[in-house]
Amino acid sequence: MKILVFVKQVPDTDDVKLDPVTGNLMREGVESIMNPLDANAVETALQLKEKYGGTVVAISMGPPQADEVLKKALGMGCDESVLISDRALGGADTLATGYPLAKAAEKIGEYDLLICGRHATDAETAQTGPIIAAFLGIPQVTLCGNVEIEDGWAVCERLLPDRTEKVKVKLPALITVCAEANEPRYPTPINIMKALKKPRYTWNAEELGCEPDMIGIPGSPSSNKRIFEPPKRNTDTKYFEGEPEAIAKAIADVLEAEHII
Amino acid sequence: MVKEECKGIWVFAEQENGVLSGTDFELLAKAHDLKEKLGGTDTITAVLLGDNVSGLVDTLYAYGAEQVILAENVNLKEYSARPYEKVLVDLANKYKPSIFLFAASPIGRDVAPRVMCDLRTGLTADAIDLDVDEDGVFVQTTPNFGGNILSHIVILEKRPQMVTVHPKVFEPFEPKAGATGELITESVEVEADNDYVVLETSMKQFEGKPIDECDVLVAGGRGIKTEEDLNQLRELAHLLGGEVACSRPLNDNGWMPHEDQIGQSGTTVKPKFILNVAISGSVQYLAGMQNSGCIMSINHTASAPIYDVSHYGAVIDYRKVIPALIDEIKRRKAN
Repeated sequence: MKILVFVKQVPDTDDVKLDPVTGNLMREGVESIMNPLDANAVETALQLKEKYGGTVVAISMGPPQADEVLKKALGMGCDESVLISDRALGGADTLATGYPLAKAAEKIGEYDLLICGRHATDAETAQTGPIIAAFLGIPQVTLCGNVEIEDGWAVCERLLPDRTEKVKVKLPALITVCAEANEPRYPTPINIMKALKKPRYTWNAEELGCEPDMIGIPGSPSSNKRIFEPPKRNTDTKYFEGEPEAIAKAIADVLEAEHII
Repeated sequence: MVKEECKGIWVFAEQENGVLSGTDFELLAKAHDLKEKLGGTDTITAVLLGDNVSGLVDTLYAYGAEQVILAENVNLKEYSARPYEKVLVDLANKYKPSIFLFAASPIGRDVAPRVMCDLRTGLTADAIDLDVDEDGVFVQTTPNFGGNILSHIVILEKRPQMVTVHPKVFEPFEPKAGATGELITESVEVEADNDYVVLETSMKQFEGKPIDECDVLVAGGRGIKTEEDLNQLRELAHLLGGEVACSRPLNDNGWMPHEDQIGQSGTTVKPKFILNVAISGSVQYLAGMQNSGCIMSINHTASAPIYDVSHYGAVIDYRKVIPALIDEIKRRKAN
């Protein structure tokens, strides 16, 4: 079985600020990590490999430093890595991101299962998985928990807000994985050593056979017009001060006035 | 699609088992606001897929749909990504809408990216506001980095301009009995997806009331130190006839289940009273509770954004005031 797992590099914090002068994101001093939900995707891939055999290829798109998340994926136990890196791919929206990733899947070929994290913690679009599946014309199961393989089908637990579904999907298929699915393993020293000898590929847009008008800014129907910090709201807040007991009394007074108690 | 040929605002009328999603009505109301800002010439169309769902058409009119496109087929009875994708793409290619809105629900987020991909257009994810700018351009606001940064997204040349919209950010209209509109019945040919089979469904058993049905909530956030402290909040919530809820960190660390999480990636709530404890107030959290009746917050940082939406505040360590508050309420209840 050949499993492709897609991983993204994201800032290691939600606490990002904008440069007051340029209005751009201040990236200085912010560490980059593997998107936490993509670590769940890698874990799912590795567990399936351990149970049913096969190879796991980790794929990422980004600038050269995005290779760090692929090193981590190999350190966790993936067999091969593919970095898709090309200046021409920069500024991509979700459509122009899903397209080269789907092209990479086509180039690798003979895949059985594609796995993405449920969403990335930076923009939280949750679109990349379904877009890759749409480009490849394969079915998808989003929001997966546990996954098993049975005779060319994946049997997925699908974690919805009000219910859990058991869904059977014919391979090849794409799934997206929730945080609840598993506890991602850490890279091990032995795997990090082994990673040095594993096949690692870097492909540019041309090598993937991407149409130039489908990638980067020209290939992105949507664009970010402005980023900004949320405006302060003006509510007249009444503050309670003093000793804890006095504050507790004041709060209880409000609760009485609001007919809560 | 050629921009100039596209006209109209579409709302995907999501239904399951013959029940429309509440977000459908919120989107229909917002569509009227957009229509007015765009000059008043766009028709507001609800696109309803399913099997034997024509009984829902009048409900869509009542909530503001001017037109309903009804596509019924036995293979659309239950939602499945590829059949729904095909029908929505065919309809969009035939009628060429300018704007196409979906709920950012599990179904909306499952199907909309596939439709967008086939139509080679843009799809803005999980918008928390929709507007039209001074140049007449449709603008979507989305949160990034847990809501600490907001973006204005535009889809300038491609059509339709597709958006998934966060539930409960817009108010639905009061339903107008007897309202009517234009019905377009589409006979669609669509195969079932035999490669995708739902084998079984088990409904979740919830403890206590769902948080979006509670009149009173006590919510804990990142600053809650221990699970014992969380149990104090639960005791307080029960004393007030409500339930305990949380912001994202307490779900991330496993102390609270996802269904009790307030905010963008959780549930939007509107209780009569909410007490926020040790919650700083990310935009995502605020978006999930800012329409509550009475908002009270306890946080030891005076500059926390939670106070921007709070009617009452106490800048103090919650561990000092929560036990005193529990005692005070017990005393008053005893009298």
